[in-house]
Amino acid sequence: MNKRFNSSRRKPLAATLVIAAGLLFSGGGYAVATNVVATTAATEYTAEQISEGRKLFLANCASCHGLNAEGTAAGPSMIGVGAASVDFQVGTGRMPGQGSGPQLPKKKVQFTEEQISLMAAYVASLAPGPAIPEQKYLEATGDATHGGELFRINCAMCHNAVGAAGALTEGKYAPNLDGVEAKHVYEAMLIGPQNMPVFNDANITPQDKNDIITYLAYIEENPSAGGFELGSLGPVAEGLFIWIFGLGLIIAITVWLGAKSN
Amino acid sequence: MAGKDLEKGSEAEGFEHDFESGLAVIPPDKIKDPGLEPHRVRMTDKSPAKAKNAERQVAAMFLVSVLGSFFALWAYVAFPITEDLSTVRANNLFLGLGMTLSLLGIGIGAVHWAKTLMPDFEVTEARHQTRGSEDVRAKAVEIVKLADSESGFSRRKLIRRTLYGALALFPLPALIVFGDLGPPVGNTLRQTMWKTGTRLTKDPTGIPIKASDVTLGSVFHVIPEGLAEMHEHKLEEKAKAAVLLVRLNQLDLKEDPEKASWSYDGIVAYSKICTHVGCPVALYEQHTHHLLCPCHQSTFDVTEHCKVVFGPAARPLPQLPITVDAEGYLIAQSDFLEPVGPSFWER
Repeated sequence: MNKRFNSSRRKPLAATLVIAAGLLFSGGGYAVATNVVATTAATEYTAEQISEGRKLFLANCASCHGLNAEGTAAGPSMIGVGAASVDFQVGTGRMPGQGSGPQLPKKKVQFTEEQISLMAAYVASLAPGPAIPEQKYLEATGDATHGGELFRINCAMCHNAVGAAGALTEGKYAPNLDGVEAKHVYEAMLIGPQNMPVFNDANITPQDKNDIITYLAYIEENPSAGGFELGSLGPVAEGLFIWIFGLGLIIAITVWLGAKSN
Repeated sequence: MAGKDLEKGSEAEGFEHDFESGLAVIPPDKIKDPGLEPHRVRMTDKSPAKAKNAERQVAAMFLVSVLGSFFALWAYVAFPITEDLSTVRANNLFLGLGMTLSLLGIGIGAVHWAKTLMPDFEVTEARHQTRGSEDVRAKAVEIVKLADSESGFSRRKLIRRTLYGALALFPLPALIVFGDLGPPVGNTLRQTMWKTGTRLTKDPTGIPIKASDVTLGSVFHVIPEGLAEMHEHKLEEKAKAAVLLVRLNQLDLKEDPEKASWSYDGIVAYSKICTHVGCPVALYEQHTHHLLCPCHQSTFDVTEHCKVVFGPAARPLPQLPITVDAEGYLIAQSDFLEPVGPSFWER
């Protein structure tokens, strides 16, 4: 009797469950297939965090990025850019932007950690996008040699072999990486901010990114063994130095050799 | 003839010249030899105290040299080079400073000594004549004539002419051997490792790339499948076959109709070797779609088959025609259809 009651009750529930599970797996599977490289660990945000984040967004970002984050002529859409973009752009002070030069520079951070994470929660709730990286990839515990090789292949042409920055076209530049937080280095690779291209997890895996962060930490801690670095800017800086000071000294000595004594 | 014509012309116009050709103007007042400056007596010659002072200065410089030598010896012992590479810095810096002082002290001291204390009077030393004396010239002619008559160089025509022939021909074998040094270039400048169906793989790991991995705005540094495992000639092949893979919004691409099939779903692959002098072109700006060469700032527009928009490069970067295989991996449709890299002679 009891058993029969249960089985009759279970049937519609089971059907609902099967359908729900099916939808979830096919939809979820589809989402994974299309965004397999775009999203890393999805962080759960509460509805309250999202609504608080929306308030901050409306007050501080919506004038350029649109009331529904759909973007305007002044700023791109925030739909699908993910929490990592917010954390990078606002966390390095690049956003909110001031002026409209060729590139938004790094500046003083305008918001607290808490406020940044609320805005990240709101933007992440709009559409799936790159999430804030897991702490385990940010501890510079990887292989610095492999990281160095990856850095030279993927990053050094713009950022310089030791991350000392480099010029691009029309006033744009690849910034200096000295002292940049590991989290922001990781996020920049993931999202490709401004004119930097994207290096997604299929291209440079999370472990590879950790190796690159390890390499950057290594060169920060181990200064050049070969004399003055002169900004690590290579032959231009070195040439300028030797032309001005080296040649200047030689000219001064030559003048002294030829001058008569008083 | 020409001189005569000129003379006639000048006569006609009523000018007088005592020289024929050219329009050179010879000014009558050449710059005069200014001679020597008036002699100026040095302070050290006027006052014995100053001379004594200068003497001390010279001695001080030599002492600096002595101290520098000791300092260099001490630094070499005090800053040994160990396993730690950063010890090289202090060792080289202080050893070098000491050696600089020891040599510079001698040099500066010697020059100061000569300038302040050694005799100070001007001396004129005339240059000797470039032309030899008549006696020497006659003697030289005599020697040449004697040698000619003794060897019979002028007299024995057969010997002279065969010698000329032999001298003209003896460099020929060397020329031919030098021309054939090294392996023949053959077709190596026109071919790379890419073949029909070669998978695009990541540099340096050699992991094949799926089209779905290349998200919008992504840049992949690509080598052909098999290159990562090579042991011989790896760098030679990489220097020709390196490729940059970029995905753009399909709407941003302005493709030629006949090259439209070379891209796949907005993914384009271009040779990374600059057509100027062969630097790796890899500075990609995601929003301008400009690809920049770090050496001479040649800039290529990825949306329009990498045409040159700035800089010294003369040709667009060669495009690698790509497609996907049954498993979704990116593969080459063929090798590049033109030689990669800078111009060469027969191109």
